[in-house]
Amino acid sequence: MSTNGFEPQIVAFCCHYCASAAADLAGSMRLRYPPNILVIKLMCTGRIDLLHILRAFEGGVDGVMVAGCLEGNCHFISGNTQAKRRVQYAKQVLESIGVGGERLEMFNLSSSEGPRFAKIATEMTERIRNLGPSPVSRQKKEVVK
Amino acid sequence: MIVGEQKPLDEIRDQISPFKKVLILGCGTCVTVCFAGGEKEVGVMASTLRMAGAVSGQEKEFLEATVKRQCEWEFLDQVAEQIASVDAVLSLGCGIGVQAIAERFPKVRVYPGLNTSFLGMPVEQGVWSARCAACGDCVLGRFAGVCPIVRCSKSLLNGPCGGSHDGVCEISPDIPCGWQLIYDRLEVLGLLDTLEEIVPPKDWSAGMGRGGRSIVREDLKI
Repeated sequence: MSTNGFEPQIVAFCCHYCASAAADLAGSMRLRYPPNILVIKLMCTGRIDLLHILRAFEGGVDGVMVAGCLEGNCHFISGNTQAKRRVQYAKQVLESIGVGGERLEMFNLSSSEGPRFAKIATEMTERIRNLGPSPVSRQKKEVVK
Repeated sequence: MIVGEQKPLDEIRDQISPFKKVLILGCGTCVTVCFAGGEKEVGVMASTLRMAGAVSGQEKEFLEATVKRQCEWEFLDQVAEQIASVDAVLSLGCGIGVQAIAERFPKVRVYPGLNTSFLGMPVEQGVWSARCAACGDCVLGRFAGVCPIVRCSKSLLNGPCGGSHDGVCEISPDIPCGWQLIYDRLEVLGLLDTLEEIVPPKDWSAGMGRGGRSIVREDLKI
């Protein structure tokens, strides 16, 4: 599928105790993953709120990923399972307004999974590249023209 | 507290579809506590509507504000300038907030973003339950602090009925039988013998039966 040179912007909300450390490990291991990912570190994905996700899309990003600890391994007991429910709800909201729920995804990984972080980042970038620019940012650019 | 929940997004979009500039006005009291219409929900609503407008190619502007209490004119006056600058107000307050705006600003178009559901309390995080019907003639003293008007599906004063099974109501296994709750409380308090008394009909006219209600306190008037 032609993407016309489109490079997606993706925000990754990453838990300090797992995904953020895994991203760090991926760097230490000299693993390559796309530079389209902007990592925002949280102390726990339980901090994530519908408003953070919506504001990211409203601000013009094409995709959002939330990366937390493996289920059952949350440093704060249940933050990642709460985030899972919020991401599910946010997907419905994004779907209902025509942005598309598939532009948002939650992943679970441990801090030792540097290669997996690189793989997730690559897969998410490919997914959004195939979906094309977010309809929100596309519309804004057309207005600017 | 007054408990409300957001209306479906399509209904909200239909209501405000004719307007270009809309103020989304939240309330900092009851609907903030039940996560339906506080400052955060105003942000979520504004963000959602802006993106929905952008995706469908409609140019709309949404302002955001939240007052301490939408049900008092003094607080609404603090956002009078913003209200005057828009084509319509989408209130995320309860039905009282919507009407307070309509009364204070007679020429302003105001629309509800919430359905005001009931008077209740949170029983666990994310779950609210009705506790009061605002019937105007409180009988809680007689029923050990459990309201038969709102907790019993039939509002029976001399219950339970035959639909009480294993502590739940016949209309749904998720609804506890109000009269089972009353019985259990009276048993704990050693007051089961009070159930021997037949409770006479209640003064229902103190509730919705006499139209719009108001309370006048001459001692508080200025």
